[in-house]
Amino acid sequence: MPTLTLYDAVGAALTEEMRRDHNVIAFGEGIATKRHELVDEFGALRVRNTPLAEGIIAGTAVGAAAMGLRPVVDLLFAPFLCYAMDELVNSAGKLRYLSGGQFSFPLVTLAMTGAGWGVGAQHNHNVEAWFVHSPGLKVVMPSTPADTKALLKTAIRDDNPVLFFLDIGLLYQPGEVPAGEHLLALGQAAIVREGRDVTLVSYGKTVHHCQQAADQLASQGIAAEVIDLRSLKPLDEATILGSVRKTGRLVVVHEANRLCGIGAEIAALVAEHAFADLKAPIVRQGGPDAPVAASYPLEQASVPSAEAITDAARRLCST
Amino acid sequence: MTPKPPANNPQQLLEQMLLIRAYEEAIVNGSAAGRMPGTCTSVGQEAAAVGVVNALAAEDLILTNHRSAGHLLARGADPGRLLAEVMGRRDGYCKGKSGSLHISAKELGVVLTSTIVGAELSMAPGVALAQSMLGRPGIVVCFFGDGAACEGSFHESLNLAALWNLPILYVCENNHWQAFVHRREAMSREHVAEWATGYGIPARTVDGNDVFAVLEAAQAAAAQVRESGRPCLLETTTYRTRGHLEPDDQGYVDKAELANWLARDPITTSRARLLADGLLSQAQAAAMADEVASRIAVAQAFAEASPFPAADELTRDAYA
Ligand SMILES: Cc1ncc(C[n+]2csc(CCOP(=O)(O)OP(=O)(O)O)c2C)c(N)n1
Ligand SMILES: [Mg+2]
Repeated sequence: MPTLTLYDAVGAALTEEMRRDHNVIAFGEGIATKRHELVDEFGALRVRNTPLAEGIIAGTAVGAAAMGLRPVVDLLFAPFLCYAMDELVNSAGKLRYLSGGQFSFPLVTLAMTGAGWGVGAQHNHNVEAWFVHSPGLKVVMPSTPADTKALLKTAIRDDNPVLFFLDIGLLYQPGEVPAGEHLLALGQAAIVREGRDVTLVSYGKTVHHCQQAADQLASQGIAAEVIDLRSLKPLDEATILGSVRKTGRLVVVHEANRLCGIGAEIAALVAEHAFADLKAPIVRQGGPDAPVAASYPLEQASVPSAEAITDAARRLCST
Repeated sequence: MTPKPPANNPQQLLEQMLLIRAYEEAIVNGSAAGRMPGTCTSVGQEAAAVGVVNALAAEDLILTNHRSAGHLLARGADPGRLLAEVMGRRDGYCKGKSGSLHISAKELGVVLTSTIVGAELSMAPGVALAQSMLGRPGIVVCFFGDGAACEGSFHESLNLAALWNLPILYVCENNHWQAFVHRREAMSREHVAEWATGYGIPARTVDGNDVFAVLEAAQAAAAQVRESGRPCLLETTTYRTRGHLEPDDQGYVDKAELANWLARDPITTSRARLLADGLLSQAQAAAMADEVASRIAVAQAFAEASPFPAADELTRDAYA
C-alpha cells in the first residue's frame, strides 16, 4: 500500500476529485503556490491564490457553490475562521433553509488546528464544536492519512457545506493509504480497537493517544474499545451507544476545550440513551478553558495524554 | 415564472413603481392592523429599483438584501407569493421560511438574498465566478445600501472582483440611512462611488429618484460590465422616506431634509413628467392606479388564503 502524509492525502483527494469533476475548484491564501502541481494539471482558473481576506474567500465559495461549482477553500489555520464566520454560518449554513431549499452549498473549507507546532492560540484553537452547533454545516476531523483522503473525497461530493479540520500534529506523519478510489461516508465512526471493558471515544490526534492508552490498559488486563469519530456532524450515535451498551464505561477525549465541547454532547447522548447500561460515571477529558500557549510543555499539557486517559479508564474499571 | 422583460415604454416604469408603492403600503397598513409583520420598506426609493432592474436581461442574476420588494416586483415577482412569504405562508417564494428579510426567487434570477448587511457583497464574486467559469451569459447585479458599503465585505468584494475580472454591476442604493444612523455619521466620504474608484472600478452616481436617469445610467453600466467582463459600480442617491422597519415614528429624522426629499417623490415627479410630455393622460393615470390596486387586492386575498407551513417543514431543507 502506498504511504502518504496527511498533507499529501489532501493533495491526492483534490487531484482525484478535480480530475473526476471539472466543477471542483480550489482557492485560498497560497494554495496555488504550495500545491502548484494542481495548477500544472488543472490550470490557473481552477486553482487560485487569493487576497488575505478570509471573509471574501468564504463568501466567494458560498456564491460559487450555490451556482453550480464545488469550491474547496483553504483558510489555513482554524482561528482565521473567525473572519469567515458570517459567510460560513449565516450564508452557507442558513440560506438553503431560509430560501425554502432553492440553493445547495457544496463547498469544503479546510483549516488546520491543534498542538504540534508551538504556534500559540491564534493559530491553534480547536473550534470544531462551534460549527457542530451551527445548523446546515457538516464537520469532519480525521486522524489518519487514509481517512483524510477518503473523507475529503466524500466531502467534496457532498451537497452541504463541510468544515474539514486537519490536525497540525498529524500533518506530516506518514500512513498507508489505499490506492485508487476509496470513499468513506460522513457520519461513520471507526472502531479502531475492540474491547469489552471501557469505551474511549475521540477524534483527531487524541485517537492515537487513546490507542496508546489501550495498549497500556491491555498490559493491566483491561480491554479498551477505541472509537474514532472521524466526523462530528453527522455524528455516529449508533456506534457510540452500541459500544457503551457493551462496555458500560465511557471516557470521551478531545483536545478542544472541555467546556461545551463535543465530549459534552456525547456524554449527554449516552446519559439519555444508555444510562441503564452505565457501570460508572462518564469521564470527559479535554483542553483547559485557556488559550493555548506557544511554549512546548504548556502546549503539550493542553492535550489529554495517553497516561491521563489510561488513569481515567483504570479508575472507571475499578469502580 | 421567468423574469419580466424590461419595460419598453415609460408608462410601464411608472406602473411598476406604483405597484411597489401599493404593495408596501398594503403591508404597512396590514402590520399596523396586526395582520402582518412589519417590513423594511423601500418607499421613496422605487425609481432606484425600477430603473436598474429594467436595464437587465433575463439571464442576469440579482443579489439583494432586506429592502428588496422593489427589486423583486420590478423583476416580475408575483405580489401574491411575495406577500405570502412576508406572512410566513406555504405559497411564499421560500415556503414561508424567509419572511420578508431574505426572499430569493431563483426562477426570477434573484439569488442568495441575505439580511446580514454586506453578505450579498461577499457572495457576489462567487456567483459571478460561476457565471464565467461555467460559460453562462448574464452579469451579476448586487444591490446594497450605504450602510453595507461601510462593512469590510464591500471592500473585500470590490478588490476581488477587480482582481479576478468578475462581471458584477454593484448598485449602491444610498438612501441616507443605515437603520437609525444617518450616513453623515458613518461615512468618511460623501459618496460610495469614491471608494470604488480606489479599486480601479468605474463608478458613477445618479439621481436615484429619477427613474429615467437611473434606467439610462444602469443600461450604460450594465453594457460596460457585459462588454468588459469587469465590475462597475452605480450609486443611486435616494432617500428612505419611511422608517427603517415598520412601525417607526421617524422621530430622529430631520424634518426639513425629509420634506425636501418628499417633494422629490419618484412617483409624483415621473407621473407629472409623463403628463406634461403628453405621454400619459389623466384617464390613463387613473386606470393605472385602479389596475395596481386590484392586483394588490388579489395578492392580499391569495396570501391570506395560503396555509401556514406544515409541521414537518420545521427541519426540512436544513440539509441537502
Ligand atoms: C451585519 C448586520 N449588522 C446590522 C444589521 C441590522 N441592520 C439591518 S438593516 C440595517 C441598515 C443597513 O443600512 P444600509 O446598508 O444603508 O441599507 P438600508 O437599510 O438603508 O437599505 C441594519 C443596521 C444587520 N442586519 N446585519
Ligand atoms: Mg441606507
